[in-house]
Parts: sequence; C-alpha cells; structure tokens
Amino acid sequence: MRHPYVIHDTLCLDPSDPDWRFAGIVEKGYRALVARNAIANRWRMISSALILCVIALDSSGAIDSAPANTPSIITGNKVNLSSKIPFNELGQEVTVPPAAISVQARDVPWDAGGVIEVSWKPAPDTGTATKWVIERSEALQTGLTPWAFVAEVPIDETVVLAPKLSASASYFFSVTAVGPEGSSAVATTKNAVTPEWNFFIGAKLPLFCAILVVSACVIYYILAARRGRPMKVRRIAALEAITDAVGRATEMGRSILFVPGIQDMDNIQTVAGITVLGHVSKTAAEYDAAIEVPTSRSLVMEAAREAVQASYLAAGRADAYNADGIRYITDEQFGFVAYVSGRMVREKPAACFYMGCFFAESLILAETGNSIGAIQIAGTAESSQLPFFVAACDYTLIGEEFMAASAYLSGEPDQMGSLKGQDVAKAIAATLIIVGVVLATGAALAPQGTMASALEWLKGVLGS
Amino acid sequence: MKRLVPMWIAIVAGFVMLLSAFFPITESLGETMGDVFNVVAAIAFILGAGSLAKVNLAKISQRDQGWGYAAITLICFAITLAVGLGKFGVPPSAQFPALGWSGEKDAEGSIFGWIYEYALVPITSTMFALLAFYVASAAFRAFRAKNLEAILLLSTAFIVLLGRTFAGVVLTGWLPDWASGLRLENLSVYIMQVFNTAGNRAIIIGIALGVTATSLRILLGVDRSWMGSGD
Repeated sequence: MRHPYVIHDTLCLDPSDPDWRFAGIVEKGYRALVARNAIANRWRMISSALILCVIALDSSGAIDSAPANTPSIITGNKVNLSSKIPFNELGQEVTVPPAAISVQARDVPWDAGGVIEVSWKPAPDTGTATKWVIERSEALQTGLTPWAFVAEVPIDETVVLAPKLSASASYFFSVTAVGPEGSSAVATTKNAVTPEWNFFIGAKLPLFCAILVVSACVIYYILAARRGRPMKVRRIAALEAITDAVGRATEMGRSILFVPGIQDMDNIQTVAGITVLGHVSKTAAEYDAAIEVPTSRSLVMEAAREAVQASYLAAGRADAYNADGIRYITDEQFGFVAYVSGRMVREKPAACFYMGCFFAESLILAETGNSIGAIQIAGTAESSQLPFFVAACDYTLIGEEFMAASAYLSGEPDQMGSLKGQDVAKAIAATLIIVGVVLATGAALAPQGTMASALEWLKGVLGS
Repeated sequence: MKRLVPMWIAIVAGFVMLLSAFFPITESLGETMGDVFNVVAAIAFILGAGSLAKVNLAKISQRDQGWGYAAITLICFAITLAVGLGKFGVPPSAQFPALGWSGEKDAEGSIFGWIYEYALVPITSTMFALLAFYVASAAFRAFRAKNLEAILLLSTAFIVLLGRTFAGVVLTGWLPDWASGLRLENLSVYIMQVFNTAGNRAIIIGIALGVTATSLRILLGVDRSWMGSGD
C-alpha cells in the first residue's frame, strides 16, 4: 500500500524562518508530483534559490501539520521548474501545455502610470492549452508579495495590459498556459518593472489637439468680434420663439414652467440650461409673467435662484422676484417627474421650457405639456432624447443649438464670435470626414494603393 | 465681487479639470475638485430640504388646494429621514456583530431598505411604465403623413418596426437570395447602421463642438449668464 506524502512548501527567503504552508497530499512514489502539481500554484521561480520544498512522509496516513518538527521531513530541495514531470493529483502522468518561451514586461509609455504591458512568446505548438493566466507579484525588499490574478486571455493572444498598479512599486509577472488536463510550467519575467507615470497622456494627444484647434478657432473669432468684425449667425426658430412663449403666458395670465434637466451643476447641459433660464426669466420679468423652476438637485436650485434673481434685478423688477418659485423637489428621477407632471396638469402653465440633461422623463414631461396645450420649447444634448422632444414639443434645440442658445440670446459680439469659431471648427471636422470617406472608398477599391496608406496615416493621426 | 468670486472659482476649477484629463500631475487636483463638488452638493442638500419644507409648510398653513398632499410629503420625508439616520432595524454587520448600528442603512431587514424596496421602487416603476403610453401617443402624432417629410419618416419607421418583428421576416421571407437586401429585417439593419448612425454621429459631433465652445466661453469669462442675465 502506498502511503501519502504531505507536502508543505514555502517561498523560503529566510531559511531560518520559513513560512510553511500546506500544499497538498500525494501518494508515495510520485515525488515528481510534489514538484509539479501540489505546489505548482505557488511556484513562481524568480531565482532558483527561492523555493524550498518539503516532503513529509507520514506512514500512518495522518497529516502532520508541523513538518518542521517531524523526523520524516525531507527539506532543502531547491526545485528546478524545468525538471518537473506532469502528473495529476492522483499521480497519473498527464499531458500539459508547453510553457510560454519568454515573458517580457514594459511600462506603457506616455500614460498616467499604473499600467504595464505584459507580452510573451508562446511555444511553437501550444498543445491543448485554451487560455493564458497572467499573475503579478510586487517586489519588496524582503521578497515578493503573494501572486495575484491579473488577467485571463484566450490562447491566441500574447499581450495583456496589467492595470491599477502602483506607480511607486515594481512588479514581476508570470504567464501560465492552461489546458483541460493541467497547467504548463510558469514562465516569469526576469526583472521587476515599475509602471512610471508620464508628464502627458499620449493616447489623448489627438483629443488634446482637437480641443486646441477648436479653442483657437473660438478665441480667434471672439477677438475678431471685439475688433468690430460683423458676425452673422443663422436664425434659430426655437430661440426666437422664447419671447412669443413668454408673451403668450403673460396674455393668458398663466405661469411659465422651466425645467433645467435632472442632472447636477457638474453637467455642462445643466449649466447651459441655467444660462437660458437667465434669459427666459429676464423676459418673464419684463413681461411680468410668473416663472416656476422645479429642480431635482439642491445645487441647481441655488444656481437657478441666483440666475433668476439677477435677471429680475437687470429687468428692474427685483420686487417681483419670488424665490419660492424655484424649488427643490427630489433627486429621485421619477419622483421628480411625478411632481412636475402633476403640477403641469393642475396649474396648466402656458409655456413649458425643458432645457438641460434629460433621460426617460423627457417624453413624459413633453407629452403632459402637450396634453395641456402649452407652448413647449426643449433643448438637450442627449441625442437619445431628441426624437421625443421633436415629436412632442413645438420647438427643439438640437444639441449644438442648445449649447449656442445663451450666446445667441445675449447677442453680445464676443459670444456671437464664439459661435462663428464653433462653425469654423465644424467645417474643419466636416472636411476631415469627407477626406476620410474619399480615402476609405479609395482604399476599399485598391487595398494596396496610396489611398489605403493615406487612410492608415490619417487613422494614426486621429488616434483611431 | 458677488459675481467675480464665483466666476474665478469656475475658471480655476474648470481649467484644473481640463488639465487633469491630459496631465497626470494634475490628476489628483482634479479628483480634489470632484470631492469639493460632492461636499458642496451635500451641503446644498440642506438648502434643498429647507426649500421643500418651507414650500409645503406654507401650503399646509394656508390650506392651499392639495394641502393634504403637502402634509403627506412632509410626513414621508420626516419618516424616511428618521429611519435612515437612526438606522432602525438595521442588522449588525458581519465585521462588528456586537454593534447594532454597524450595518448599512439599506441592508435587508432595515426599515429604510423596506421603504425603498416596497414603496419607492413600485411607485417609480409605475411612473416609468407610463412611458409606454406616452410613446404610443407621441408616435401617433409624429407619424401622421402630413407632408413628404412626414411620409418618409412614417415609411422608415414602418420598415424598422416591421423588420424587428417576426411579421417582417415572414412578409418578405419569399424574396430570393439575390434580393435579400430588400428583406425587411435586412432593410431595418441597413437603415439603423447607415442612415441612423450617420445622422446620430453628425448630431454628436455638433454637440461635442458646442460643449467645447460653451465650456470655453465660461472658462474665459465671456459668458457669465449662468450667474445671472449677463448684464
């Protein structure tokens, strides 16, 4: 009868104080198995001196949990990974995939730190392997931290990015081929790599350049407007209708409802909505119409109050300003919708404005407004909500029109200049699209031609 | 001064956030700005709750129309606030089993969690469900064939709608393979992938440029109307 071996192992950095851990049980006669399967998961040979293998023979079959004090212990075996013989847990020889030939790790250049690219070269025949398992261990002065899972990738991939690393630490990486019968030997990087952070995030260079170009266009035309250059901007019907809507509410003796979306002030659409509110409330103050602004964020309520109060002051109607008309309802999306819809049905405002960031509530609000016969003007940059507003409102500011509303309504040369700059940037974008379409078409017709090369160059420049 | 200080806060915070997206050295500053915003928003909630209480109490005291609903609102607000802050019914956490308050306020078994699960979720789901009816009424109005554009819209919608149902597959399944592109399910995919994507991207590019220009106007102090009428 074969008696089992009880195996303990350690990453023995300090032989006088080894941290023994139970590794497994194997049958007598399969010493190689000890070196292969039972402790394979913890075998990450950084150098040949790291692993001290312990084999405790217990003839009675009992597991001795204190191998250091048992006479049957065999210690001091520095195991060489390459000499391992593949066995399964029953001691039967199995076919395991070949290990990766070489594992390289390098810091990803021009990034914010914290990411290392791990690549490896697979054996010419990966055998039955189905996937690679990549692990990492942080190199400390006293040794290595336990190996942690990084990623699992299909067998045909040979590169992986290890994210969320500390920029002040160095790491070793291991790659193991895993098949149905077992895992290959573990291949590790020879040196520890540090994921250093860089001054600039290179992957965002195209975006950075695009922002610079758009900004340059906008600033150039702002300065041109200041120098007196006339700026002509096309008429936007929805914004022209604001005065009519406020006038209608005044004539009917009903209130104006303004909903600045359901997001907070950190959303640019909410800020754009508040800028439009400033203009609407100024018109309302001049016409002596009551304005109601339900908000779903406390901070938006405060910003809206400031904007409306300033508008009433500017219109010379400070006495008519009613802070309670601008109120906080709830952060809860559909709770807010319930209140606003109910309010619309009960109070029947003559004009409803929806200017900001909206989601599923857009259609509920707009349809309720439609059912009470209010004149409705909406504006949002949420492209998925635009069809609902177009279907249910009288006028809709589509995306960029909404963003341009404040500048358009102000009529100030500076702001009109910024719109002109925006249009020039749009023309540049349109030109790039046309060039891209022509090149892509040419590349499709002649895959090896100049156009294909030009297309690849353009893609590289634009970072796509 | 009342407008100058907020304007400069917006300008500095805006530029820091912008730079933190490209320069890792400013990343932590950007995160700090985000934290500051969260703190300010949390403090502002007190103002929001105050506004809610003031408006509803005024309605109750004046016996305005629907004052009963205002009372219900305030009672529910007070109860939810109390059970949330007091952590009533919250089971101890596994980490600190001896401490009754150590669990999460909305843990299973807590009153707050019960209110959320059995009152708030059903009510908000009901509101959300109304959307189906509003979609139907809006579609009915939008797809009336009033003119050429409306007819084109209606036709396109009809193809997409049918192409995504079994009926569409059955109706045009007889078309031979060389004309398979005309099958409703394929036409539907073609419309969504080509026309819809192209139009959507045009809008998104416009929005991106608009956002950049708007942000720039605010960061440069050209547009100050978010603080008032701009005068």
